[in-house]
Amino acid sequence: MRKKWYDYLWIWSIAFFALGFFNILFAWLGMIDFLLPLLFAGIGGNKFFCNHLCGRGKLFQLLGTRGHCSRNKPTPKWVYSRWFRYGFLIFFLAMFGNMLFQTYLVAAGTNNLREVISLFWTFKIPFGWTYAPGIVPDWVAQFSFGFYSLMLTSLLLGLIFMFLYKPRSWCAFCPMGTMTQGICQLKQRKYKRQ
Amino acid sequence: MAILSKKIAQADQKNCVACGTCTKVCPREAIKVHQGCYAVVDSFKCVGCGMCATVCPANCINLIDREGAGKHEKEVV
Repeated sequence: MRKKWYDYLWIWSIAFFALGFFNILFAWLGMIDFLLPLLFAGIGGNKFFCNHLCGRGKLFQLLGTRGHCSRNKPTPKWVYSRWFRYGFLIFFLAMFGNMLFQTYLVAAGTNNLREVISLFWTFKIPFGWTYAPGIVPDWVAQFSFGFYSLMLTSLLLGLIFMFLYKPRSWCAFCPMGTMTQGICQLKQRKYKRQ
Repeated sequence: MAILSKKIAQADQKNCVACGTCTKVCPREAIKVHQGCYAVVDSFKCVGCGMCATVCPANCINLIDREGAGKHEKEVV
């Protein structure tokens, strides 16, 4: 099959984390990965983003196959079971909501900006070198730290699953994938009823 | 009449996560994701190579005997 421009989007995935490592405000760019899939699912009723544009999926596929970083064992059944997929989606959205609330608290002046990223929602890692206070309002920076934490945590989870099972095992329970597939299924049901 | 393979890929619509990994590896572009819901195999294009089944992260693709494969074999012989 001929390579298309989007087959190189794994570069975007690496670039995102690299940029955030030097300036945390680049984390806002991650919103593209968050909104595009929803737009495709909501308007087009398809998973064009997952199927063709997802840089993370491409990175895992590349590392897992050509990079020989995957054991290539079948993903355990519970990972792609409905209850785990939707459970993880709810958990992920709850954590996203919590991150938005933290941003709100900083915007309202209740909390101070914390220049840390939290991995796996637990481990706090100082990340102060990526931000010089005063460039933007504190809440903008707080959101960046929170969003970068979320993206890095999910990347690490994906890498662990890539290593243990199939290269793209993360896709089986990726919250964005579950959410967009859910939207597509709802649209399809509505279409069939009509 | 075209000679068809004995085996064919079949995607389990219930478990499919519609990630599209299979569509990327298929050498014949025989598998597509239908409306973001599940993967569908074009039985005429599929040659039963099993590449899609190998990469599927949700283990939802199986290689099954093509319907009437035995009969066709007899015809060829």
